[in-house]
Amino acid sequence: MTDDELIWRIAGGSGDGIDSTSQNFAKALMRSGLDVFTHRHYPSRIRGGHTYVEIRAADGGVKSRGDGYNFLLALGDSFARNPSENAVYGDEEIKPLSENLDDLREGGVIVYDEGLLDAEDVPNFEERVEENDWNVYPLDLRGLAKEHGREVMRNTAGVGATAALVGMDLDHIEDLMADAMGGDILEQNLEVLHDAYDQVNEKEFSHDLTVPEGEHDEEQVLVSGSHGIAYAAIDAGCRFISGYPMTPWTDVFTIMSQLLPDLGGVSEQVEDEIAAAALAVGASHSGVKSMSGSSGGGFALMSEPLGLAEMTETPLVLLEAMRAGPSTGMPTKPEQADLEHILYTSQGDSHRVAFGPSDPKECYEQTRTAFEIAYDYQIPSIVVYDQKLSGEYRNVDATFFDREPAPDLGSTLTEAELEDAPHDDSGKFERFRHDTENGVSPRSIPGQKGGRYLASGNEHWPTGHIAEDPDNRVAQVERRLQKLESVRGDLDERDQQTLYGDEDADFGLIVWGSQQGTVEEAVDRMNADGNSVKALGVSDLSPFPVEEVTEFVESVDEAIVVEMSATKQFRGLIQKHAGDFDGTLSSLLKYNGNPFEPAEIVEAVEIEQNGGGELPTAQTTLEPAAGD
Amino acid sequence: MSKAFSAIGEERDVERDEFTPGLEPQPTWCPGCGDFGVLKALKGAMAELGKDPEEVLLCTGIGCSGKLNSYFESYGFHTIHGRSLPVSRAAKLANHDLEVVAAGGDGDGYGIGGNHFLHTARENHDMTYIVFNNEVFGLTKGQSSPTSPKGHKSKTQPKGNAKDPIRPLSLSLSAGASYIARTAAVNPNQAQEIIVEAIEHDGFSHIDFLTQCPTWNKDAKQYVPYVDVQDSDDYEFDVHDRQEASEMMYETESALYEGTVLTGRYYEDEDRRSYQQEKQHRGDMPEEPLAERYFDDDYEWERSYDFIDRHK
Ligand SMILES: Cc1ncc(C[n+]2csc(CCOP(=O)(O)OP(=O)(O)O)c2C)c(N)n1
Ligand code: SF4
Repeated sequence: MTDDELIWRIAGGSGDGIDSTSQNFAKALMRSGLDVFTHRHYPSRIRGGHTYVEIRAADGGVKSRGDGYNFLLALGDSFARNPSENAVYGDEEIKPLSENLDDLREGGVIVYDEGLLDAEDVPNFEERVEENDWNVYPLDLRGLAKEHGREVMRNTAGVGATAALVGMDLDHIEDLMADAMGGDILEQNLEVLHDAYDQVNEKEFSHDLTVPEGEHDEEQVLVSGSHGIAYAAIDAGCRFISGYPMTPWTDVFTIMSQLLPDLGGVSEQVEDEIAAAALAVGASHSGVKSMSGSSGGGFALMSEPLGLAEMTETPLVLLEAMRAGPSTGMPTKPEQADLEHILYTSQGDSHRVAFGPSDPKECYEQTRTAFEIAYDYQIPSIVVYDQKLSGEYRNVDATFFDREPAPDLGSTLTEAELEDAPHDDSGKFERFRHDTENGVSPRSIPGQKGGRYLASGNEHWPTGHIAEDPDNRVAQVERRLQKLESVRGDLDERDQQTLYGDEDADFGLIVWGSQQGTVEEAVDRMNADGNSVKALGVSDLSPFPVEEVTEFVESVDEAIVVEMSATKQFRGLIQKHAGDFDGTLSSLLKYNGNPFEPAEIVEAVEIEQNGGGELPTAQTTLEPAAGD
Repeated sequence: MSKAFSAIGEERDVERDEFTPGLEPQPTWCPGCGDFGVLKALKGAMAELGKDPEEVLLCTGIGCSGKLNSYFESYGFHTIHGRSLPVSRAAKLANHDLEVVAAGGDGDGYGIGGNHFLHTARENHDMTYIVFNNEVFGLTKGQSSPTSPKGHKSKTQPKGNAKDPIRPLSLSLSAGASYIARTAAVNPNQAQEIIVEAIEHDGFSHIDFLTQCPTWNKDAKQYVPYVDVQDSDDYEFDVHDRQEASEMMYETESALYEGTVLTGRYYEDEDRRSYQQEKQHRGDMPEEPLAERYFDDDYEWERSYDFIDRHK
């Protein structure tokens, strides 16, 4: 655990502006030259209900939210009060203080809004403060905000107080406020900011927490996984999106819907997810790069059009933003348990390509790959991520996104090329020819001269007409399957898996998706403590990188597969493709709605290496290797 | 004329035979099936309109009806049960110069695809939708469909269907279709005229096409004799008047199950913008066909780098 970090948690009621305030503050920290990472916790509720955002900032090396935090700004849940001022709904109002104390580190700092929160109502507050050596600064943030005009500005007051307490100057915060607002509102906010800053700055501080120092790099940008995906789609030339809102997929859908009209594209919010995916198929069939997506329950409805795309060999990119299931599950909590759902949904010997990126950069890169593969090989490709990655902001170098746009339609012919393409005696284009090199038979687009064919979801002849002829059936099935092998070859060249840590280590961790950064951080800590551990972050989920994974597992004595699922889906996938490895693999599982923290992984490795012991928290499970 | 899609808009005389696939199998429909009438009328209409087979995209669902594009030469998309509409809608948004026609059965369109039907009508996409209404599920062997009469018996409704049939014309009107007609396979001439009108109409055209199914509805003459409401002095109403059209539809739909088959044009709204026009009006969709750009080497593609700066 580094001491040179600020992990600031702002807590309040859902709908109290926590999100925008924290984003601005995160940006200010980034502009101060720090690496930042945000983590968002919110209830499935629009207004009120306890919510927090955590921002971790340090000079480099920030890969996860970390363990615990060291600064709490407790604003109070304004929606827990009814307008008559006195009535409070249960203990909602004090939750921003009471609910957050468990994770606050020893010696941490607390600022709370004494205008809204009564610390005396918080059970054992005084004792806990003393026990943990916390430094508490009550401040009437609400009163201060009201004094300058409006109560909602108490967030700004909180930020001002924070800056004073951690020795941060206000420049970046002021600039960001000026970008976001203007006129009287800006004036009032600036007054509140300074007033809070001054009031706190005059106090004697008993803590020694200061914001780390870094150098401002103007090229840094703060983006979420959803931004990575949306921008990748745009650079890939995607100009059509269709969807139906569902948390957390809605984030990408929203970003794309706001951008596409101005980029000459089309966004469609339609009646359901079956329609959404079917529209993406229709648009792609007609020559526009398109995408659709959803989260677990909505993706279940997309199973049908997914199969249609596969059978008609229509390029299709789908997103699946996982949340905890089954059924409607926990809408605002992450889990990685839709893995089997996305890999095996749809009838028949169906297949698709699937990628599981782990951070905003990989979201960008792998969504680009998903488009290229889908259009080159005429196959559905799915990007699967989760609620955590969807809304998690990190700083990335802006130049990372400066890629050439790639709007080409992959294996699609022009009219000139169609002239030389195979046609049957009636002049119909033989769109689904068997005899191809890599399983891909180039396609035409409706409206092109010389390209007419029938795309059918039934098994079909090379011209597309329905066929049940056994020889043709076998040839078509084999050709479609051959594409997967070709894709695997292509992906091997792209090498999207991440090998991390000490190359010679004999203890391994295997992880996919949003938990990768946390695992890497755990590896760093263990290796800094003199251990020898390495990790493999798997991004290609289908076709599976069998060789790479096998090599990794064989290079260690023992490996733990880390995943947010109760049924070991990822470990199952590894074993399905690469074998049992004679009890080398065990699992670290978490499925309580919260992602892993690095310390949990470190402890699990210790337990596994030393044979037995108590698990870090009651809500993680260490599953023995098969056959144990 | 663009080089990417030069089949579109080519002006020439088109023969109806051009819409007959050369080496493809002859239709597998049962002898006497009404589906033959739709095929005939559709070919005739396309030739009359001078459409090049390659500028037409015919999307179908699943069922006997869904096989239509196996016997019709054009670009085709034989989709899945109930989903022809979302696929065709997107095709129209991707390239609004294409002539998009969707077709399917009453089970396909009013049953499993009912939700898409409501929303496509509501959005008023500029396309034509032909529903083969034979009052049964044909391909799966005679079960009740949403248009089967109350009391219809089949192996899965052994005591007789307890449901009232759906009213497709009224449904379509309230959902927002801007051209609504009913025709019958037993009258291919009227059918052809109606298909021509429907294609020419700018907006969502819904044709409830009565197709007899001699195999599962034993009375092969179930839609004979029919009456053309426009030709008969007994029925006077204004197809542009929603109220009058609605009353006429109601009468038509009630009469069908009592043995009086009324056909003709029921409603046309010429003033309402099509979905594409509406979106373009809002700056929500480009004027040029979106698909063209992918073949245009000179098109300047914007990239994410331009708005990444917001995140600095
Ligand atoms: C999702 C799905 N459910 C059921 C079926 C089976 N199925 C095929 S055709 C059909 C009914 C077709 O009836 P209709 O749409 O009225 O067309 P018809 O065959 O009468 O022309 C059904 C239920 C299917 N193919 N897919
Ligand atoms: S079952 Fe009925 S609808 Fe199907 S082909 Fe035979 S007659 Fe036509």
